[in-house]
Amino acid sequence: MESSKVIHAFYNDDEVLMDAVKSVKAAHHHIEEVFCPFPVHGLDKAMGLAPTKLAITAFFYGITGLAFAIWMTNYMMIQDWPQDIGGKPNFSWFSNMPAFVPIMFELTVFFAAHLMVITFYMRSRIWPFKEAENPDPRTTDDHFLMEIPVHNNEAEIKALLATTGAVEINVVDK
Amino acid sequence: MSHYEAPIREPLVLGDKSYHDITEDIAKPIEGAANKNWYIAFYISLAAMLWGFGCIFYTVGTGIGVWGLNKNIGWAWDITNFVWWVGIGHAGTLISAVLLLFRQKWRMAINRSAEAMTIFAVFQAGLFPIIHMGRPWNAFWVLPLPNQFGSLWVNFNSPLLWDVFAISTYLSVSLVFWWTGLLPDFAMIRDRAVKPFQKKIYALLSFGWSGRAKDWQRFEEVSLVLAGLATPLVLSVHTIVSMDFATSINPGWHSTIFPPYFVAGAIFSGFAMVQTLLGIMRKVTNLEDYITRMHIEYMNIVIILTGGIVAVAYATEFFIAWYTGSPYENYTYLSVGAATGPYAWAFWSLIIFNIITPQLLWIKKFRRSFIITFIISIAINIGMWFERFDIIAIVLSKGHLPSTWWRFEPTFVDVGIFIGTIGFFFVLFLLYARTFPVIAQAEVKTILKSSGEFYKKRREQGIPTKPAINVAKSVGKPDKSDKE
Repeated sequence: MESSKVIHAFYNDDEVLMDAVKSVKAAHHHIEEVFCPFPVHGLDKAMGLAPTKLAITAFFYGITGLAFAIWMTNYMMIQDWPQDIGGKPNFSWFSNMPAFVPIMFELTVFFAAHLMVITFYMRSRIWPFKEAENPDPRTTDDHFLMEIPVHNNEAEIKALLATTGAVEINVVDK
Repeated sequence: MSHYEAPIREPLVLGDKSYHDITEDIAKPIEGAANKNWYIAFYISLAAMLWGFGCIFYTVGTGIGVWGLNKNIGWAWDITNFVWWVGIGHAGTLISAVLLLFRQKWRMAINRSAEAMTIFAVFQAGLFPIIHMGRPWNAFWVLPLPNQFGSLWVNFNSPLLWDVFAISTYLSVSLVFWWTGLLPDFAMIRDRAVKPFQKKIYALLSFGWSGRAKDWQRFEEVSLVLAGLATPLVLSVHTIVSMDFATSINPGWHSTIFPPYFVAGAIFSGFAMVQTLLGIMRKVTNLEDYITRMHIEYMNIVIILTGGIVAVAYATEFFIAWYTGSPYENYTYLSVGAATGPYAWAFWSLIIFNIITPQLLWIKKFRRSFIITFIISIAINIGMWFERFDIIAIVLSKGHLPSTWWRFEPTFVDVGIFIGTIGFFFVLFLLYARTFPVIAQAEVKTILKSSGEFYKKRREQGIPTKPAINVAKSVGKPDKSDKE
């Protein structure tokens, strides 16, 4: 099963890793994954990862929260049970709106923050009781792991990686 | 790669550290056994907490009458504590959110503990309104839930309800922000844990974090957006707390400068509490290389700034109380009446602890001294408690009708619940310091090359931060001594 084989190349420096990623990309090999102990700036661009759209989802979640707050205050305070508080009756939502601004703001933030984080957890597949998938425990300490699938070119990739400063190169069956 | 930083800037990570050293240093307090001092502190806090819980049960079982409240002063000690704790809870999110937006790297050593402090402080704050309800099992009535009382809804015009929304949003968003930042650090502990039980627990806490490049890309984006959301949120919380007072028509409370002044006061007290906690924590957890003199100095500068805003607000309030010429205004918490009346001790405590003492921080030597910082931070904690007490108790003790003038005197139950929350807070914080990675190690690793002492020195000598590649070494199995 040649195709299910992958090469794990370990690095112990972020700058060396960055250069290695660039040279592997330049040699037109596919990088399946890079596991890092901390965020390496520019790595996503070097690997050719698409920018994340989480910020955009947060915007729409925020709009949803705002709309929910408007609906809720209107339904509860204006339609379902209008009250006359301090001689200021609740005739219309718009004339009561200033008093609802704090609620509208808080719910906008509440929806945007929580739903964005839930989306992040779902997309990155992290939740309680999820098994970790980093192949080597050192990748949360001080090692970086580059995973490259092998397609009958094991020797070629290994030779290339050896020149990039990898501290360990393993071939494993996935 | 690693951003250039002027050599004139002091390093943020001291010593000759590698990435692995950071891992070791942060994991050590968790993996080692607690020392005697920890146990002493823990048991004292636990005793205080249990005493407080006893007072809470007594209050709930007997009624709010066991407090020192009276017809005129319907809330005093409890709401003081509520505002005090919420104020303390402002520094954490400020450090992690506002300083993230301003790209202040020094936040990375302190944001984790400051956020923990925030969450634990907001827990304590939340207790007080719930206990004050008298029937805490009905606390969920503050939520807009469909119910069996016809279509009885909560009143969205009320600042007290705004508070419910603000505090619960703040608590939950802070918690999520904190936990998301913790995932890579829990994963680090998980991957090096030796005991199976410990490994299981940290595997659960880390949510299976694996550290893929895509995860980190999303992680950074989420942190940035959460910071953007939390920044107005943290400002809104104390604004809304201040509206509990400012939207009333009592002289002394009905004040348009309350929102900005309360927010500045909250940051002031929050940073003071961070100084109190970190001053001790850096010592007992041996993290002096990460929480340095410079971190303490930077926080002291924030304290001078926010303390200055608070002082200006006091002066404004005092001036306006006099300038209106209204006799009612002479009994507000900042007035000649307050300074000479029966609460003069509380008034002068406020002035001494909150305005005069922090001015010592203008002196650089004091600002960089751990001991003096610690003492001043305690003074500010006391001063900020008196600020809220003065605003509430002095103003309420002298209303519009002189025949209703009465003073507030706390009972042992009032005091006991307050001590209990301090105990509860420290119980949580001490447990946190033993089980959580108290410094955001993944983030600190990102600044090691730009702001670490070792790499800064190397750069000055013209040595690149990138290690030279040794091709011969990199083939085959690793050489264990191969550590940069």
